[in-house]
Amino acid sequence: MASIDGALLDFQRLDRLAAGNTMLHRLDPRAKVLATLVFIVCVISFGRYQLSPLIPFFIFPAVLIGTADLPAGYLARKVLLVCPFALAVGIFNPIFDTELLLHLGPLGVSGGWVSCLSIVVRAALTVSAALVLVAVTGFPAICRALEQLGMPNAFAVQLIFLYRYIFVLTEEGGRAARARKLRAFGHKGLGMSSYSSLIGSLLLRTWQRAERVHMAMLARGFSGVFPTRQQFRFGRAEFLYLSGWSILFLILRFNNVTAFLGSLITGQFP
Amino acid sequence: MSHHIVAVKNLRHVYPDGTAALRGVSFRITHGESVAVIGANGAGKSTLLLHLNGYLAPTGGEIQIGDFPLNKGTLPQIRRSVGMVFQDPDDQLFMPTVYDDVAFGPLNLGLVGDDLDRCVTDALDRVGAKHLIEKAPYNLSGGEKRRVAIATVLSMSPDILVMDEPTNGLDPYSRRQLIALLREFHHTRIFTSHDLDMVLELCERTIVLKEGEVRADGPTREIFQDEALLAECRLEKPLSMQGCPVCGKRG
Repeated sequence: MASIDGALLDFQRLDRLAAGNTMLHRLDPRAKVLATLVFIVCVISFGRYQLSPLIPFFIFPAVLIGTADLPAGYLARKVLLVCPFALAVGIFNPIFDTELLLHLGPLGVSGGWVSCLSIVVRAALTVSAALVLVAVTGFPAICRALEQLGMPNAFAVQLIFLYRYIFVLTEEGGRAARARKLRAFGHKGLGMSSYSSLIGSLLLRTWQRAERVHMAMLARGFSGVFPTRQQFRFGRAEFLYLSGWSILFLILRFNNVTAFLGSLITGQFP
Repeated sequence: MSHHIVAVKNLRHVYPDGTAALRGVSFRITHGESVAVIGANGAGKSTLLLHLNGYLAPTGGEIQIGDFPLNKGTLPQIRRSVGMVFQDPDDQLFMPTVYDDVAFGPLNLGLVGDDLDRCVTDALDRVGAKHLIEKAPYNLSGGEKRRVAIATVLSMSPDILVMDEPTNGLDPYSRRQLIALLREFHHTRIFTSHDLDMVLELCERTIVLKEGEVRADGPTREIFQDEALLAECRLEKPLSMQGCPVCGKRG
């Protein structure tokens, strides 16, 4: 279970980054959430063979990491962790799509490779944007922003509870798995059946905890409506942040800036 | 001042599986008293506590908190005046940050803005945890969690504090700090605990439960001197009242 514990600590580090106090951290979460949403929609709306117009979009996570003083290497490792999954999605494209699309000198590149790479780049872009959003905003604030933007209260509460108890649950699961392992003496124990009862007991324990949490909520006057405090305001800085990024994303979406820059440079050498 | 009393009359509770956890418990706790409810595992302590803020409904008998008999209509009022701190702080602290957690009760009571801020910082200040205000509960140590859990209840300014095993799982230093903190409170206080030394320090009165009945109810020192009674209820004298393990002298 060491790996799960380690991953957990790592996640807590991401969360601690949200406690920073830069200009970006202080912005209203709604502006940050909306800007990231516009970014993600723009990135995923490109056609499957479009690769070069995606590249300029890296400016968004890069600028945010720079401004908010985030550890770039740490975030890059997190993104790398997700890339294999994206690769798994796109890996069959080169096999089924062998039509040559472009030529790099003597090397012909098929449409399959281009679309596969496009998937990976898009995954890297969207995941890094999401991670940066969590790192400058914090998960609970994102939930509250989504709620203020119209997400039903019940979903927001679900997310907040998920976030609060995922650590408790993994710790409990980790302890149970360790107890099983220590008594399995290096064998497989009772195989799958021991795992099924382990998961069953985790479920029951979760149930009991949920009851106790509900009890604690009732004891403090909970009446079915989850109260939230309003602590941010959507001011000029937020408006500028949101509109500035959105306009940039739309420009990058509808103009191939990479090709433009390329032609500018190659135009210098006739 | 009758509004801080807790009166329980012939309280009975049978769980759905047929276990009779309480069989006719009666006592009356008056304003400002500090009372311990002790007994063996399964004697009915926790079941009793869960009745005091109406989480469990009695099978028979009556409960009166302050001026109100406990029933559906008075429940919101009673839950406000009885602050309950649960055994596992992870159950009590369910919000993402300490601030949110302490603010949960006051928000439900309708506090907003500066009043809310003041209420939260005051409560944290009283338990000496103001520096933890923006932390997430999973980043706190056991002792810190316990303090914050108490603050979540204090922020609702309860008249009566009910705590289930407050010193459970704390290191000696945190335990000492917590006892000092609890001694400062002037609420009506009800504790359950197996930490009998804590009981001796904090509570002038003790109620001993045995198999769902009140076996004894009286001054703590008298009860702890009755060795036959303690042995019968699967308890023993607090260490501070036992002889010195080295020289055998009574402390």
